[in-house]
Amino acid sequence: MMELFDHLLRTGWATLFDVVPIAAILMFFQVAVLRKVPPNPKRIAVGFLYVLIGLTLFLVGLEMALFPVGETMARQLTDPAFLGGDALLGKVNWQDYLWVYAFAAAIGFATTAAEPSLIAVALKAEQISGGSIRAFGLRMAVAIGVAVGVSLGAYRIVSGTPLHWYIIAGYVVVIVQTIWASKFIVALAYDSGGVTTSTVTVPVVTALGLGLASTIPGRSPILDGFGLIAFASLFPIMAVLAYANIAEWLQRRNHERDREREKESNS
Amino acid sequence: MGEILKIAKGLSRLFLDAVRDLLPIILVIAFFQAVVIRQPFPNLGEILIGTVLVILGLVFFVRGLEMGLFPLGESMAQAFARKGSVVWLLAFAFALGFGTTVAEPALIAVAAEAAKTAAEGGLIQSDEQTLDDYAYGLRMTVALSVGFAIVIGVVRIVKGWPIQWVIIAGYIGVVVLTFFAPPEIVGIAYDSGGVTTSTITVPLVTALGVGLATSIRGRNPMTDGFGLIAFASLTPMMFVMVYGMVY
Repeated sequence: MMELFDHLLRTGWATLFDVVPIAAILMFFQVAVLRKVPPNPKRIAVGFLYVLIGLTLFLVGLEMALFPVGETMARQLTDPAFLGGDALLGKVNWQDYLWVYAFAAAIGFATTAAEPSLIAVALKAEQISGGSIRAFGLRMAVAIGVAVGVSLGAYRIVSGTPLHWYIIAGYVVVIVQTIWASKFIVALAYDSGGVTTSTVTVPVVTALGLGLASTIPGRSPILDGFGLIAFASLFPIMAVLAYANIAEWLQRRNHERDREREKESNS
Repeated sequence: MGEILKIAKGLSRLFLDAVRDLLPIILVIAFFQAVVIRQPFPNLGEILIGTVLVILGLVFFVRGLEMGLFPLGESMAQAFARKGSVVWLLAFAFALGFGTTVAEPALIAVAAEAAKTAAEGGLIQSDEQTLDDYAYGLRMTVALSVGFAIVIGVVRIVKGWPIQWVIIAGYIGVVVLTFFAPPEIVGIAYDSGGVTTSTITVPLVTALGVGLATSIRGRNPMTDGFGLIAFASLTPMMFVMVYGMVY
């Protein structure tokens, strides 16, 4: 208990220096450049205090729960006793790690489908496209994108293949898709990559990657452990562009069918 | 009395939101533990306390953002978008990107983890001072790069450049740097792109972009207002690789 309290105090002190810059910057611009006193200064001060408390509790909880959980799951799922077969002899066959890919996909999908900032972005996309893109469909597309991304990222760690080839290949796909996509969706699609990886998802997924890289024989955490977040931010871009491509294609096809039907009924 | 009731009401709504955010993760882990792994979970007590702290932390954090940072940041973003002074607008854009990223919780967590991993890999010494310096340097690099990204993004909105050319140029930059950067930094660099744009950065930066695109004639808030986040997830990759080359 004492230890927890001490931990909270130390983290709180460090956090203070993380919150001060943004407060100072806003204060400077508000007072020196805009020369206006913000409305409700007391409420804003209380807000900053809340941010400080919240950030402290979150960071301590993160170290106690989110990081250990990700690492423990990675260790248990790659335990030779759990895998059986060749793993007991210290060999790495990528097919032995199917549960790892399943877990990665499940975590990716579950955290993204419920992500609040994604829900907001999806509703906006529905608005822009005039309904040809549905918010729910878009959210599912992004969630599937993240699931495939994290799962493929886990496969990369297991197989030990270099990260940059996957990412470069992803970039090429994104560029090709951009050429075909309507320009209304492009900016939104690019943004959706950054939006999906939330405060809770990032630590769990990072710990999963580091845990995998440190337990699988022949992998090093520093070379192979990172990269899952990169997958999780790249694949949603592809998923959203693909969804937009398909939605537009369907709409065009429906239009043509309607026109044909009109012609038929006219003649 | 009414005041306290209102605060309690607001906090309990956020509490439910935070539980809802965490629930999918808890369900997935519980399923895998119960059905697939079927082994006792170590340190369950500590993890439960930690989970409660994470939920409480998110509640206060988000409530604090809603009360202070968001309305302040949004009204300032709009004020600067309307003010018409390009120099101050760019200065504010940089400061906003830098300031929001420094305080981003996911980045604090990942930078610390990256320092620990680098120490275990023998890249840096493993005393506490070196670890803190490394993590701090990483965070400052990322924060600088996000400030830079928002400046570029604002210039793009003002000039009306099509987003894909800037992004493709960024992709090329990332690919080229990858071949010069030490392989140990590449994974961390690639991850730092997605990590930076989280709870604080996204709403404030989006407010700046949409506010700007609304107040400049000939710009569409929907096509031109978005895209700042995309830049903010691209430049950290390049800057962190350069950090790895220099460090």
